[in-house]
This record gives sequence, structure tokens and C-alpha cells, in this order.
Amino acid sequence: MTKIAFVRKKEIPPSAPPITTVGLIGWLRQNLFSSWLNSILTVLSVYFIVIMLWDFIPWAYGGHWNTKSLRECLDLDPDVACFSVLTARWKQLLFGLYPAEEYWRPTLTFIFLLLAIVPILFPKFFRFFWFSIIYPGLAVWLLWGGSFWSISIVYIGLTLGALFFLTLIRRYLKNYMIAAILASLFTAVFFFLISNPLVGFLNAILPISLPFVESLKMGGFTLSLIVGVTGIVASFPIGILLALGRQSNLPVIKMICVGFIEFIRGVPLITLLFVASVLLNYFLPPGTNFDIVLRVVIMVTLFSAAYMAEVIRGGLAGLPLGQHEASASLGLTYWQSQRLIIMPQALKISIPGIVNTFIGLFKDTTLVSIISLRDPVGLASTIRADQKWNGIYWELYVAIGLMFFIFCWGMSQYSQYLERKLKTDK
Amino acid sequence: MSSPTLPPSESFKFSMLLSDTRYRGMSLQVITFIIFMAVFFWLVDNTIKNLALLDKDVSFNFLSLRAGYDINQRLIPYTSDSTHGMAALVGILNTLLVAFVGCIIATVLGLFVGILRLSKNWIVAKLMSAYIEGFRNVPVLLWIVMVFALLTEFTPAPRAFKGAEPEASMLFFESIAITNRGTYFPAPVLAEGAYWLLLCFGLSIVASIYFIRYANKQKKVTGKSLPTFWISVAVIIFPTLIVFFAMGQPVSLEYPYLKGFNFKDGIHLRNSFLALTLALAFYTSAFIAEIVRAGIMAVSKGQSEAAASLGLRPNKIMSLIILPQALRIIVPPLISNYLNLTKNSSLAIAVGYMDVRGTLGGITLNQTGRELESMLLLMGFYLAVSLLISSFINYFNRSFQIVVR
Repeated sequence: MTKIAFVRKKEIPPSAPPITTVGLIGWLRQNLFSSWLNSILTVLSVYFIVIMLWDFIPWAYGGHWNTKSLRECLDLDPDVACFSVLTARWKQLLFGLYPAEEYWRPTLTFIFLLLAIVPILFPKFFRFFWFSIIYPGLAVWLLWGGSFWSISIVYIGLTLGALFFLTLIRRYLKNYMIAAILASLFTAVFFFLISNPLVGFLNAILPISLPFVESLKMGGFTLSLIVGVTGIVASFPIGILLALGRQSNLPVIKMICVGFIEFIRGVPLITLLFVASVLLNYFLPPGTNFDIVLRVVIMVTLFSAAYMAEVIRGGLAGLPLGQHEASASLGLTYWQSQRLIIMPQALKISIPGIVNTFIGLFKDTTLVSIISLRDPVGLASTIRADQKWNGIYWELYVAIGLMFFIFCWGMSQYSQYLERKLKTDK
Repeated sequence: MSSPTLPPSESFKFSMLLSDTRYRGMSLQVITFIIFMAVFFWLVDNTIKNLALLDKDVSFNFLSLRAGYDINQRLIPYTSDSTHGMAALVGILNTLLVAFVGCIIATVLGLFVGILRLSKNWIVAKLMSAYIEGFRNVPVLLWIVMVFALLTEFTPAPRAFKGAEPEASMLFFESIAITNRGTYFPAPVLAEGAYWLLLCFGLSIVASIYFIRYANKQKKVTGKSLPTFWISVAVIIFPTLIVFFAMGQPVSLEYPYLKGFNFKDGIHLRNSFLALTLALAFYTSAFIAEIVRAGIMAVSKGQSEAAASLGLRPNKIMSLIILPQALRIIVPPLISNYLNLTKNSSLAIAVGYMDVRGTLGGITLNQTGRELESMLLLMGFYLAVSLLISSFINYFNRSFQIVVR
């Protein structure tokens, strides 16, 4: 009988993986130098990053912040940034020509804006939604000033109209449409006949008002935010209605919606802005002259509503036909099925597109500089026209670009968060 | 026992127009139509009243009047004695030029960035996503003015090229001069016999196309593949070269040279054109890169695995399996991005490039005071371009989309 010389009783511990596949070296090999092509790309990228930083860091880090003019900067050290222009003009970049003693108003409006969007962005705080509803009026009053009552009368009128509608529905009428028409008539009567004396009366009892600031004084990021945020908020519901109209089987409504969408999407925003600034006076009754910022806001809203409609239509088209059929077979009416079944799903699919439209709209607010409103880009040329800062480029452009980047990038990050949160499959 | 009865036939009541689903759609449409027409006529009426107040009429006669202003960048002959219509045409061609060149650069860059962003190389992928985020999240107007500032402020003036030891020198064997007044390229000059050369070149391209078709047919019949690429390159290059030398080199390059304080001859691309085109191309390329990436990622992994298990090599997998499927997803948004680039080119005014908005919607509008007519024509032009492109997208979708139900 042969004797087995050796039997291993214990398992050998696995030897450590080769040094080239784990740890830092392994990571480097896998991610940066996996093939000769990759190695070349890596070296090129690193070279590119190094030369960029090599120039940028000393330029930005050593920058002057406290000189009086560009001349002074260049005398001190011509090779570094001259951020003094920001020190000297940051108020203009933020507020435009807004009166300096009233800066607290746009600031407060901005803080309230942040508070007002919290309940919309994070469902946890939805119980504060009432603030988001009163915010638009509050913002208009804070920014433009005037009597408090002339703004709040809008809210009073709308609330009364809504109450009237609810009472009609609960007590007297079954038909929603007739009730809606009656309620609109009631509201119109209120605004045309009652509101003015009422405002006068309220002003007499309790005068609350802020100094009036005219629209042409608005500028800088305040203006970008006014145009951008109003456009975003208003274009969303209009976009939904347009998308539904385009899908509708009522030919007249469909034709109007298709015509509107295709027209708006076919022309550049800048021509629409020109229409707002030059041509609109032709289309309105002789002698009308209404606020330029309002005109721009309307145009920007219509513009992005058309894009929004197409995005939402994409979402609607992405839904299986079975969803429409199932909701109809449950006996839901058109609006019920839209509200409960179709829209929640369609909007979820189109979140990336919707947010892209928002971002596009916010970036497009810079175009108002071309019809000589003072948004940040327009202000940059105003500042450069100043003798003291003539010849300055990058410091201003980098600062403005950074501000836009923060807003737009923030929005896109939020959309990704929302997509992950609403993801129900997989 | 009660037998089922028919519902009592109701007599028509007025309220049924709004409450009965049979009539509600119709009455809603009638109401909408009435409101729509009312608003439309109100606007037209206001316009007529306003025009009467200003003592204006609507006429397009101004298009045949003398323009009286110069356009420094033009593709067709134009002087200040030409008509406003001619100026508009110059502007249209300038817009189309920017759009065309911009789209080509944007596509190439976008493809490059989009594919590199999918690279397994960590640093390259990060660099490319920084490029994309950077360009996408900053307004295009800002990019246009920034590129313009870069081109005008950080390039040497023509006089820097002067002297025995110049501060600046021309690139590529003294052929390209980048100055703060624009970039000068050598221009091709056609001498006698050049047309024969062009003819020969055209014929050899046709020949190579026929050869490729023949090769494909052979491949289907016999299964043998010919070295198509090299043979077609040879078919294109050699006859042209032979004719070129046989005709005594009829095409030559005219190099730009310094005369006085400026460069003469050659092709002069102004900084306004360069800045607009490059900025629009960079900006759009970031969007195209994302489209390309999304298109490639949308092709499910099973497709490439199945192809690999059939024994296809990676480049064949890309060209035969992934790209045809990805292209179906990529092309429609790609074309709508071309459309966006074309519309964004109307920002040319920020750098003083004379596109159609600068001529027809700018100087012509201001000189003649014909706001209504100019804006109508301008919008009509953009609308025509965009309807043309979107009908092409629809055609593409119809013919290439997978058919369901």
C-alpha cells in the first residue's frame, strides 16, 4: 500500500491579487491606461488640464479686488485678474438701476422665492403651499411697489369668484361649464365695477404702500429672475393645455393649437422679442402703452409654452394607448382621466424635457439685452463702456457665466433627483 | 316584470348644448372659433387704425429701393447701390452660411465628445462631461461675446507681423494669419484648364461610387469582399493628380500677405463670422454630444452581446448593429438641434455680423420704417426654414421608425 506523502489539512488562504489589478495602481491601469490609445488620451487630458490650471489659478488667485479702475490693476500687475470691477459694480449686476435704498425689496423677494419653491420641490413641506400661492402677488408688490391693496384686490376677486363657483356647484347647478361661465362673469363684474372703489376705500382706511419703481429700472439678475421665473411658472400650465389641445379630437381647437405651436417654434425668440418691443404697439388699440417687462415676460412665456407643449406631447405619446382606454372604461370623464391617470404618468416621462425647457428659458432671458433691457449681459457692455473699466472682459463674463451656471446646473441636478425619486419600475 | 324601456326621447333643450356630450364638443368649438376670430379681427382692426394714425400703408415696394448701406461680409455681389431686397438676400445667405458651417463643426465635435464621454477612461469621461455641462448651462449669447472677445483681444494686430523680427508669425508654412481683424486663409485660384480638373474629379467620384456598388453586389453573390476603400481612394486621387500635372497645375493657392497695416489677398474670415460660428458650434455640440450618448446607450446591451456571440468584431458590432439602431434615435433630435443653431444665429447682432436679422430686420427696418413688412418677411423666412426641416424630420420618422400596431 502506497503511502500518501502529504495531504493538506487546511485550505491555503487566497494569495493577494496581483498589485496591478487592485488599489491605486489597479484603478489607474483599468481606468486610465487600459490600452495604448487610452494612455495617449490620458496623457493628453492631463496635459490639457495642467496647462489650463497653470494659467488660471495664478490669474484668479492673485486677482485684485480693491482697485479703483482697470488702469490701476494693470499698473499693479497686468498678469492677474482685476476683480475690482465686481467689487465696484456687483450691485448693478444684481439689481440693475433699482434705487439703492430699496435694495432690500428685490433681496426679500428672492428669499421669499426660495421659500415659495420649497413646498413645490419637496413634497414633505407641501402644507406650506399656501405661501407659494400668495407669493406671485407679494413679489409683484415688493418689486414694483405701489399700493398693497391694488395687488391684493386681485386675490380677493379671484377668491370670491372661486367661492361663487363652489356655491353654485354645491347648491344650485349641476353643470360645471355653466357654473364656470357664470363665475367668470361674476369675477369680471367684480373687477370692472367693484374693485376700483374698493381699493380706494381700503387705501383710505389703511394705507399700506411702497414707493413705486418703474420697470426700466429693473435690471441685472433681478430682471433675469423676474423674466425667467414668471416664464417658467406661467408656461407650464399653458404648455399642458396646448399639448392637450394638440391631441384633442376637436378639429378647430387642434388646428389653433398646432398653428400656434408651429409658428412659435419656427421663429427665433429674438424676432418675437422684437415684435414685443417694436410691433406690439401696432396690434393694440391706439394709445395703449404697456409695460416693456410685462411684454417681454408674455413673449418669453408664449415661446417656452410652445416648447413645453411639444415636450409634454412627447410624454403623452409615450404612454401606452391602454391607459387612455382603461381610464375611459372605468367611466372617468375626460378631465378626470387626464388629471388622475394620463397627466401624472405623461409628466413623469417628460421631466427631463420639461426641465431642459426651463433651463433653456432661463438662459434665453439674456436675449432681452438685445432689445436694450439691462440684464447681466447687457450690463456687461454698459460697464465696459465706462472709461474706468474699458477693456475688461473675462472677470465680468466669468462672473455672469458662473451665476447662470449655478442656476441652470442646479435645475438639472434637481431634475435628476426627481427622476430617481419618481422611478417606479426596475 | 318590467320590460326594459327605451329612454324617453328628450326634446332638445338649449342647455343641452353645454351639458350633453353629443353637442358639447361642437358648441365648445364654435365658441372657441368665435373668440379666436374676434381676437384676430380686433388685432387686425387695431393695426389698420394704428397705420392710419401714423399715415402708413402696407407695401413691399421698399424691397426694390436703393439700400444705401454696405455689408462687409457677402457671398454675392452687393454694393450700397443695390436694393433692399438684395441686402435681404445677402443676409439670408449669410445666415445660411453660418448655419451650414456651424452645423458641420457642431456635428463633428458633438460626435467626438459624445463618444469620448462614454469612454472607460475616467479622466477623459470627466473632462468631456465638464465640456458638456459648461457649454449647456451658460447662455449662448454669453459664449458668442466671449469667443468674440477672445478673437479680438488675444490675437495679434496685423502690424505685429511686420518687421525683421515680428512678434507674431503665420501658421502652417506662412499660409494662415490669425489677427485681431480676422483670419486670413490662402485662396484657391483657378487658371485655364481648371474646369477640366474639376470635371475629372467629379467623374472619378462617380466612378468610385459605381465601383462600390459593384463590389457590394459581388460580395452578395460570391461572398468575397474587395478592398473597397483603398481602391476607391485610388480611383479618386490618381486620375485627378495626373490631370493636375498634365494641365500644368491649373489650380494654385494665393497666399495672404502683409501690405501696409493689413493683410491682402487670400480668403478673409472676419472675427464676427468666426466668433458666431464657433460659439454656436461649441454650444450646439454639447447638446449633440448628449444626443449621441443617449442614442448609443439606448441600444440595449443584449444587442451588442448577441452580436459578439455571433462572432462579430467590435468595429463590426458598432457599424452593423449599434449605429444603425442608435441613428434612428439620434437623427430626429440632431436635426432639431440644427434648427436651433439656425435660429440662434439671429444673435449675430451681438457681434455685428450681418445676417438676415441684421440687414432685413435691422438696418433696412430702421431706414425704411417698415417694421411690419420687414418683421413679416423675417418671420416668414425663419418659418419656411423650420417647416422645411421639420417636414424632413417627419419624413425620416415615417420611413425609419420601427412600425408598431
